[in-house]
Amino acid sequence: MTLKFTPDHEWLQLEDNGNAIVGITVHAQDALGDVVFVDLPEVGKSYAKGEVAGVVESVKAAADVYMPIDGTVTEVNEALRADPALANSDPQGAGWFFKVTVANRAQFDELMDDVAYTKFSDAA
Amino acid sequence: MSDAPTSAAALQTTPLNALHRELGARMVPFAGYSMPVQYPAGLMAEHQHTRTAAGLFDVSHMGQLRLVGADAAAAFEGLMPVDVIDLAVGKQRYGLLLNEAGGIMDDLMFIRREADIFVVVNGACKVADIAHIQAAIGTRCEVIPMPEMALLALQGPQAVTALSRLAPGVEKLVFMTGGHFVVNTGTQSIPVFLTRSGYTGEDGFEISVHHTQADALARALLAQPEVKPIGLGARNSLRLEAGLCLHGNDIDAGTTPVEANLLWAMQKVRRTGGARAGGFPASDSILAAIDSPAPGSRKRVGLVALERVPVREHTVLQDLNGNTIGEVTSGLLGPTVDKPVAMGYLPVEFAALGTRVNAIVRGKIVPMEVAAMPFNPTHYFRG
Repeated sequence: MTLKFTPDHEWLQLEDNGNAIVGITVHAQDALGDVVFVDLPEVGKSYAKGEVAGVVESVKAAADVYMPIDGTVTEVNEALRADPALANSDPQGAGWFFKVTVANRAQFDELMDDVAYTKFSDAA
Repeated sequence: MSDAPTSAAALQTTPLNALHRELGARMVPFAGYSMPVQYPAGLMAEHQHTRTAAGLFDVSHMGQLRLVGADAAAAFEGLMPVDVIDLAVGKQRYGLLLNEAGGIMDDLMFIRREADIFVVVNGACKVADIAHIQAAIGTRCEVIPMPEMALLALQGPQAVTALSRLAPGVEKLVFMTGGHFVVNTGTQSIPVFLTRSGYTGEDGFEISVHHTQADALARALLAQPEVKPIGLGARNSLRLEAGLCLHGNDIDAGTTPVEANLLWAMQKVRRTGGARAGGFPASDSILAAIDSPAPGSRKRVGLVALERVPVREHTVLQDLNGNTIGEVTSGLLGPTVDKPVAMGYLPVEFAALGTRVNAIVRGKIVPMEVAAMPFNPTHYFRG
């Protein structure tokens, strides 16, 4: 199970089938505060890395969720849509956002590992 | 996701700065001050705590001033479309400072005291307000800024229980009245001037205290079992559910009291036919707009989204044919009402309760309906 992080404070975890699960990090949900709404991407739609794939809103702020790699969305977390607070209570577990195919493995591999991300988010 | 930019500009601090940090507050720049936006409990919990128990807010960034002199009430009345002269000693009122075009420079609270009029204005406007008041009426009364005073707000259904334990007698005040009291913390007696009012829609108090005693007062209040610290984030969601305007968002120097739908703040005595009609900035055009509303003129309304999507400030509002007709000025998912609520401006033709409009959120239509405010019932103590 390979875990990667983006400078936009998202995490990606590689599944056995080669797809990636995407969510926001503990640091991201902490900066946002209580999440009250999420907008998730369309299943079956292809995105390029960096495109806006969704939105996460707390009572005080809204933030875009970016597609971290090129790929096609295979599944979204309907439980999160129904209970956005999962993004706060379990951001790197039950609060995942969507699953996406990994069209370009090199894009995935060059993302930060947990050591690099911890350094990055501590500096932010 | 990206972190909000942090301001490098030198920020002022309030007398409670050390306490905020001790309590683990997340500090943000606001009105030139470093202010707590939330404590570790988080905005939702802080909001709900204020609605059910008592919340303590540091609002020391706000401006406090006194107007002194026999002519102070008449002079101050000339700057606002409200009745100052007939306000009895001990009574508080909401006021609107108008510019020459009739725009709202600031909204404020004032209370008549034995020897002066005590005024509280918004933090972001206080320097301009004081300069304006000084220039306009400084020859008729003394305009005395009070930078030495801090301001705390204690809000919520149990605020009176908590405060009256330390300051017996405050429970006798009714909404929009005030007086001098002494708060006994157990180790010191702190003189304060307080009013039974606030910005949450709940019962509560705003407490003016000398900056050297603000920390001791705040700690004494936080030691009461009902009281928790509340940040500016919850203050905003509380005031929006209560239907109260935020200056700079919902009203500003380009908005008249008529457009802002704040006619309730203009007592009859200052309106057409009243004993002291007019005599405030742009009174001719404002009274004309009240007496014969112009078609197409805009009006502040309450809005509720019919889908569970927060609709934020600057969101475009369209009619059902896709024509842009207005804009949202404040909006969020109301934690108590548990639905997306907003304020915004629409042409008067679209301002009737129940009118359907569409908000355009990230390119998608979110249906909204014009709704009555407050969104959450207010619980003021009227005796």
